[in-house]
Amino acid sequence: MRFILLLFALLCAFPEPGAARDVFRKRSLYRDILVQESDGQRCMKFGIHDAGRQSCMSLADPDRLVFDYTRMLMGALYLNPNPRRILVIGLGGGSVPGALQALLPEATIDCVEIDPAVAEVAAQFFEFQPARNTKLHFQDGRVFVKRAARKRETYDLIILDAFDHVYVPEHLLTKEFLLEVRALLSAGGVVAANTFSTSRLYDSESATYSAVFGRFFNLKSDNRVILATAGNLPSGELLRRNADAFELRLRRLGTGRDSLLPMFSRDVEWPPGTRILTDQYSPANLLNGGRY
Amino acid sequence: MRRSSLAIYLIAGWSGYYVMALELLGARALSPYFGSGIYVWGAVITVFMLSLSIGYLLGGRLSLGRPSTRVLGFVLLAAVASALPCVVWSDVILEFVFDRVDDPRYGALLASVVLFFAPITLCGAISPYAVRLIVANLGSTGQTAGFVFFISTLGSTLGTLVTSFYLVLLFEVDQILIGMSVISMLVAANALRFGHEGAAP
Repeated sequence: MRFILLLFALLCAFPEPGAARDVFRKRSLYRDILVQESDGQRCMKFGIHDAGRQSCMSLADPDRLVFDYTRMLMGALYLNPNPRRILVIGLGGGSVPGALQALLPEATIDCVEIDPAVAEVAAQFFEFQPARNTKLHFQDGRVFVKRAARKRETYDLIILDAFDHVYVPEHLLTKEFLLEVRALLSAGGVVAANTFSTSRLYDSESATYSAVFGRFFNLKSDNRVILATAGNLPSGELLRRNADAFELRLRRLGTGRDSLLPMFSRDVEWPPGTRILTDQYSPANLLNGGRY
Repeated sequence: MRRSSLAIYLIAGWSGYYVMALELLGARALSPYFGSGIYVWGAVITVFMLSLSIGYLLGGRLSLGRPSTRVLGFVLLAAVASALPCVVWSDVILEFVFDRVDDPRYGALLASVVLFFAPITLCGAISPYAVRLIVANLGSTGQTAGFVFFISTLGSTLGTLVTSFYLVLLFEVDQILIGMSVISMLVAANALRFGHEGAAP
């Protein structure tokens, strides 16, 4: 019996052989970074075994956005089609800043990543090269945002995509943090945040975003992307017009109007009275139990 | 066991709990300003270790002469009082440091010193002082010290587990800190009832 249990545990710990090939492994100050290849895709993972995929690239078509959430983040351009100053928090394999560089060559991009090793892996294995007007900052996202607010900087588009091996770090989920982010938005500026679509945290997270930004657009598939503004949300008419303007450019990345627009939802689907997350109360990773 | 000894062990165990709970919550309080990287933990742990080591010296020195259970109660009360800035003015202090220190490592270190040095030093003074109070004769000194450390470290174990697993899920950080302050005052008040009779000859 004990032998069978052991065998079972081993099978759970190691996926079937040949499923994914380890290409590269690097231990950084913060985590183990693992690069694996399977089914024509190369993925970055944090952790030792079969941890969640942080970023994936199609080997045949590196420009195509593989993950649903990266495509949904591009929906932010339907709210503000001409962001000149962009802030991306969380680099991963660099697919999001890479896509923005390609879509908006004139834009200035500040990209904040806590772990320099992640940027090295992004450059070496995920073809991410910062463009001339893209700047990488190696520091904590919260610290960067607070400093930028002190300097009265503003951004037209802010993408929140910082993940550790479990989820978004707890101090990047609180009302205070989102208020700091909102203070960085220019008039018409947009926040686009990548989150999970099913977890106990979902309700708390939604209520927190709602407390800071009011109504926002929810785009859901495997992940959930929140698109919010400091002011009023644009009308459906304006979204469609902006979508048309981007159609050709977004199609090259593997997405577009027909897949994105139907996902835009303004429904309030979390119970009233949901406890919001604050710097005082943010047991986010505990609420996120069960899903990794 | 004498009732004064119970009061002393209670203080030793509670101060152990208090130190670790404050360490966990302290690192939490720093993260909005300095991030949650390894260096923030490094800064907090550095300051806690330094404060405890100085506290041990201080407690040993304080135990010379005529130690009393009442004084031990006052040490705990002083620790709670000096932790007041953590509860009430932490945001003001953290803002102040954030505006003046650019490097988040040294910002976290400086903020930790300002917030935690005094209370943790005073907590560190409790164990050696408690050993002196409880030691009945020279032959059993080691055993007494061992038991005081056992109680105090068991308190730390509980403080770590209960705070990080459960309390943060139920309460706000400030609520936990206020609750801990109230418990500290009760534990200290219990010791104030005893005078020099708590001390062994």
